[in-house]
Amino acid sequence: MNHVMDRPTATPPRPAPAGREAGGRDAGPVTMAAALNSALADALASDPYVLVFGEDVGPLGGVFRVTDGLAARFGEDRVFDTPLAESGIIGTAIGMAMNGLRPVVEMQFDAFAYPAFEQVTSHLAKLRNRTRGRISLPVVVRVPFGGGIGGVEHHCDSSEAYYVHTAGLRVVTPGTASDAYRLLRQSIECPDPVIFLEPKRRYWSREPLSAEGGPAIGQALIRRPGTDVTLIAYGGTVGTALEAADAAAAEQGLDVEVMDLRSLSPFDDTTVAGSVRRTGRALVLHEAAGFGGYGAEVASRLTEQCFHYLEAPILRVTGFDVPYPPPALEQYHLPGVDRILDAIARLQWDDHA
Amino acid sequence: MITLPDRVAEALPPGGAPLSLIDPDGTVGDAHGVLVMPHDEVLRELLRQMISGRRFDAQATALTKQGRLAVYPSSRGQEACQVGAVLALREQDWLFPTYRDTVAIITRSVEPPEALSLLRGEWHCGYDPYQRNVAPQCTPLATHALHAVGLAHAARVKHEDQVALVLLGDGATSEGDTHEALNFAAVWQAPAVFLVQNNGYAISVPLAKQTAAPALAYKGVGYGMRSLLIDGNDAAAVYAAVHSAVTRAAAGHGPTLIEALTYRIEAHTNADDAARYRDSAEVEAWLARDPLRRLETHLRDRKLVDDADLAQFATEAEQLAADVRAAMNRDMSADPADLFAHVYAEPTPALTAQREFLLAELAGGQDRSLK
Repeated sequence: MNHVMDRPTATPPRPAPAGREAGGRDAGPVTMAAALNSALADALASDPYVLVFGEDVGPLGGVFRVTDGLAARFGEDRVFDTPLAESGIIGTAIGMAMNGLRPVVEMQFDAFAYPAFEQVTSHLAKLRNRTRGRISLPVVVRVPFGGGIGGVEHHCDSSEAYYVHTAGLRVVTPGTASDAYRLLRQSIECPDPVIFLEPKRRYWSREPLSAEGGPAIGQALIRRPGTDVTLIAYGGTVGTALEAADAAAAEQGLDVEVMDLRSLSPFDDTTVAGSVRRTGRALVLHEAAGFGGYGAEVASRLTEQCFHYLEAPILRVTGFDVPYPPPALEQYHLPGVDRILDAIARLQWDDHA
Repeated sequence: MITLPDRVAEALPPGGAPLSLIDPDGTVGDAHGVLVMPHDEVLRELLRQMISGRRFDAQATALTKQGRLAVYPSSRGQEACQVGAVLALREQDWLFPTYRDTVAIITRSVEPPEALSLLRGEWHCGYDPYQRNVAPQCTPLATHALHAVGLAHAARVKHEDQVALVLLGDGATSEGDTHEALNFAAVWQAPAVFLVQNNGYAISVPLAKQTAAPALAYKGVGYGMRSLLIDGNDAAAVYAAVHSAVTRAAAGHGPTLIEALTYRIEAHTNADDAARYRDSAEVEAWLARDPLRRLETHLRDRKLVDDADLAQFATEAEQLAADVRAAMNRDMSADPADLFAHVYAEPTPALTAQREFLLAELAGGQDRSLK
């Protein structure tokens, strides 16, 4: 599993050539960016009503090259650049979906998506409910999110809490290249609007692509089975959690179960609570600030559901309650292996057999 | 020397004055040859529907005073825009209305009780948008303009002949989404028509505090979009302007921005006091430009309507008002389980549990004992 733990680099290499048939039949490892590219290509090929648009996604192929080659292959009627206006991108996607299309749009960076906030929260999320299900909006909003790439201001936000607080949206994020492929295909098929958060620091992580199988869109996945503590992660922190699990085994003699949430909303209570009841201990890990953060909801609902099984309070390991730091300081902000191991050590092990 | 592209010259509104086909006194106005007088039958239908629309509007305002509607933003005085624009649409076209455009919605043949569901507080949108191609009413401003551009663009992608008409107010032109919608529509040459009903006020704020533009129609020039400035109390001009814009859009010649000068005779809603921000002399001046009276005068002068016709139109309007009263006096049938039914395509396990919780609470089955 070491391929998901590649260290991010400040200068992105171009992704491996993408666009292989049906999600890549050759068995060589591919990057998450290439897997996403394959998912978009396969969706465009299988459904003429799928459109891909946003800023610089056309001939350039996106600033992270996730749409590389798609405009050339499918034409600029289906893969195109829009005016530079995020509200306009989401708002027009809503209208296109009202008229039967399946738009997949890109917000160039997490913090650049905020001008579209009203369209996302007041309209994309609510039009189904507003019209008693008559308007269905199968729109996918791809958002490169999170830090760890040495990005300057406004390029590294973890904005998931804003979206999960809005009923009507699905919010998902992949932790690996294969899951990126599958989850994006599932999101495009989904009748609900999906905020698809792409962990930037994992764009260049590689693994052999497995396009078939895997859990459904709303389900969490146990990445590493364990018996002592459930370490709950998502997106960019899945790789960090797996690293921490290996370190905990070596340094603490503990068997950590790593839970990849995949779907932040809806939350897969069955899988996650089932794990916590088995292990009796849990940690929630995310890059975003802790205060009012997603981990608070996870810890709270798991406490309500698993109270009699818990050996310790559920702890959160998160970023600090500060604006995202400049590149020179982000290493102090991002929760890493050491901070996770310290938190694990605080989980009331005195009576542990 | 730099020469401007043809479409820039074309985008400039002709003349300095708003185009009109019928002036306030009922005589033929000056449309600079840009607008074509509608056929006689269209003019009669415009009057018939405006009479019904005004009666509906008065009835809806009365229902707020009786507590049968939560709120009602009146469009009294704007009937030429409400009716003229909608009658210019074809069956397959789409209407994107705002909260003030309920008269436009019923003119599009949406059932009045369904059209009033939002303002009654029963559900956020009471009608099926696909039945008459009417989008839900937009309550934040201008957000629906982008939806219209997307829908119109999708029609072109699918090779379907559909035009989207967006209704906006003067206040909405200050919103960023108006800018983005006009820009996207022009860049994509989307089959969309934007009708700005400039009624002078955004709730209490006059136009002079919204913009320094000489006219809102001039904003279209900056987007490279054909723009028209018309007399918004002239139903014939509104119909003709929207009809020509729809025809051009359908033929692939792109969007049009129309500014219609009109006036909101009533306050913003039943909950507002207009005397705090405008004086009655201004209202009186606009009452003299009444859209119904001028069309009636014009049609009487041309012997296209007589007393019997007008009596018939009034009878139809009274029947509509009576039907609306009866429907709004029936109790609402809001089902608490509906809270959870349409949030997602399939209710999530968590929402299903919350639904069961609420239904048990309503059934009095909650066990509050401490175990």
